[in-house]
Amino acid sequence: MSMKTLMAAGLSLAALTAGAAQADQVKIGIAAEPYPPFASLDSSGTWVGWEIEVIDAVCAAAELDCVLTPVAWDGIIPSLTGQQIDAIMASMSITEERLKTIDFSNPYYNTPAVIVADKSMDIAPTPEGLAGKIVGIQASTIHQTYAQEYFKDAEIRVYQTQDEANQDLFAGRIDATQADSIAMADFVGSDAGACCEIKGAVANDTAILGLGVGAAIRKGDADLQAALNSGIAAILADGTHEAITARFFNASIYSE
Amino acid sequence: MTGLKSLMQPHRLVLMALFGAFVLWCALSMRWDWLPKYAPLALQGLWTTLWILVVTTVLGFLLAVPLGLAQAIGPWYLSAPARIFCTVIRGTPLLLQIWLLYYGLGSLFPQFPWIRSSELWPYLRQAWPYAVLALTLSYAGYEGEVMRGAFSGVAKGQLESARSFGMPRFTMFRRIWLPQAIRNVLPTLGGETILQLKATPLVATITVVEIYAVSSRVRADTFIVYEPLLLLALVYMVIAALIGLAFKRFENMGPTTRR
Amino acid sequence: MELILETLGLTETAALLSLSPPGWGANLLRGLANSLQIALGAFGMGLVIGLFGAYGKLYGGPILRDLLAIYTTVIRAVPELVLILILYYVGTDLINKLAQFMGYGRVEISGVVAGIWVLGIVQGAYATEILRGAIQAVPPGQIEAARAYGMPALLTLRRVTVPALMAFATPGLANLWLIATKDTALLAVVGFNELTLETKQAASSTRSYFTFFLAAGGLYLMVTLCSGVVFARIEKWARRGQPSLRQGGL
Repeated sequence: MSMKTLMAAGLSLAALTAGAAQADQVKIGIAAEPYPPFASLDSSGTWVGWEIEVIDAVCAAAELDCVLTPVAWDGIIPSLTGQQIDAIMASMSITEERLKTIDFSNPYYNTPAVIVADKSMDIAPTPEGLAGKIVGIQASTIHQTYAQEYFKDAEIRVYQTQDEANQDLFAGRIDATQADSIAMADFVGSDAGACCEIKGAVANDTAILGLGVGAAIRKGDADLQAALNSGIAAILADGTHEAITARFFNASIYSE
Repeated sequence: MTGLKSLMQPHRLVLMALFGAFVLWCALSMRWDWLPKYAPLALQGLWTTLWILVVTTVLGFLLAVPLGLAQAIGPWYLSAPARIFCTVIRGTPLLLQIWLLYYGLGSLFPQFPWIRSSELWPYLRQAWPYAVLALTLSYAGYEGEVMRGAFSGVAKGQLESARSFGMPRFTMFRRIWLPQAIRNVLPTLGGETILQLKATPLVATITVVEIYAVSSRVRADTFIVYEPLLLLALVYMVIAALIGLAFKRFENMGPTTRR
Repeated sequence: MELILETLGLTETAALLSLSPPGWGANLLRGLANSLQIALGAFGMGLVIGLFGAYGKLYGGPILRDLLAIYTTVIRAVPELVLILILYYVGTDLINKLAQFMGYGRVEISGVVAGIWVLGIVQGAYATEILRGAIQAVPPGQIEAARAYGMPALLTLRRVTVPALMAFATPGLANLWLIATKDTALLAVVGFNELTLETKQAASSTRSYFTFFLAAGGLYLMVTLCSGVVFARIEKWARRGQPSLRQGGL
């Protein structure tokens, strides 16, 4: 009885149970949390939303056999580098910091970051406006980096998911949250978000906020990167991207 | 535990050398450049972990005494709720309890606008009161069950002789029953406290910034995965070892002849 | 039925929890099935590790004994949540590197398997201690008698040691099984769709936190209570023919 036999046993167990999974399948990691309107779980247990449809379209155009794999957001990059998933398509912005660890495809959407707060509160989306306030942000996001860099006088509370931050904004435990404009527009339009409104976009800083949302892949996975790029280019060219967007939003969320 | 001599056996020396090599390899070839930057935050997190641990074990133990007593000798209208409480706490995951308290209660706030103008509101906005409440209830639930056994385990003859000397009931409880019940549970108390330590990182999921949350922050900021986790495991091992040592000394302070 | 629900003001709750969409009941049950599957697998793997570990600790060489002592000490001192993260990220990475090294190509590891192997290693440490205590509690005369009759080691294990230690190990193992079912909830933190995460997703999609968390609590409690009944039976069966322990005391 040694570590080796144990390893071999674990390995055979893994191989046994995983035998059904195809080796050439591409596991697309998505965040295991509701992030409407981009990706959320419906009551029948299937993932729906703008980004889910884009994933389907990109995979179809690139002729990839994709499977959606929900992963915890704050561990999604380790999951990618640890080979549990092959790509991340979970509204992840392309930033210099992330490019040190992983690679990205070309962007498939880009939207500004906004501050949302209670309607009764007079909050400006600036460092001065948020001084002394409690700002909730999601861990491991561009918004966390941004808030830590710019909102030094605010109390920053870090949540595992944006949904939890929204919930605490609704409960009144935080004064404001910084997040993606489209996701927030969806939130303030819902019952729970009726308390709040978008106070405006934060000043842009492309070094932190990035250059749009792309599919993340492991460093050096050039084949998958090329395939995803061709898929994204194809759905942008043939109007599929536009058609999906039109079904969810009344404005384009992609610009060159 | 015979000290140095048992450590000097040849195979242990080899193991220790291997371990030393591993530590050296970790120190040299892994990335630790983030450490100075996050050290102040880590110390704060460590402090939060420790005070939450101490406060919840003390409060939980104080709650466990009546829970155990109610189950051991209480009338049915006290023992039944105590038993149900212990069963529910022990039968459901702590993570679920924490989320129920934090997000469940939070979802009720908007329905009662007066809460926001009450004096409690500054505390209700924070996450730590929920963390302390959840961990206290959890410790009380597990320890209440242990205390029930401890109270039942005190020899009946002692209680009878105290009664025959005309000792008032409360004095009897304070001087004879409780001290012996506590001595009965002391050997398990250390283990239970280590279990409680291992439960503390769960409160990071409701935004309490303790040591586990700091390691997540490092991972999020720097994309370094293994180093903070390994260091975190080491920190927990050291705390657990200290708790074990403290309780061992504590145990040896009492009379040593048992049974 | 509808009338009862209406008078209790629970129509909305019943709709939320109904098994067909738009109710989320089916999601919760699927989560429960996942949780149980992982708990069963991890418990089984823990038993296997525990049995080997206990034998290693009792009869193994000094090096094996020290290694096992390190294993059980480390696992029991570090929070499960931290272990899960380490084993989840490092473990699958290692297996993949090992598989590539041995020329198998990449191994696809499903969430269930990852969950089982992570929790199984944690369970193994506790099972080692429980089974070691139980083996030591078996009267040595019984094993010596088997050996004296020339019974092979494996047969002794199967026919003498295991049946005899069952009686001593069952209470501890019952506790361990309950820990396994509850520890599956921690996999929610790595994003695995077991009962707790399904519950959270349902709760945050509908904003009915109390309804769903209480429902999930009820499901977990049901598992606990049912397991209690089953293990009580197993213990009674394992103790058949033995004098009641209440008089002796362990």
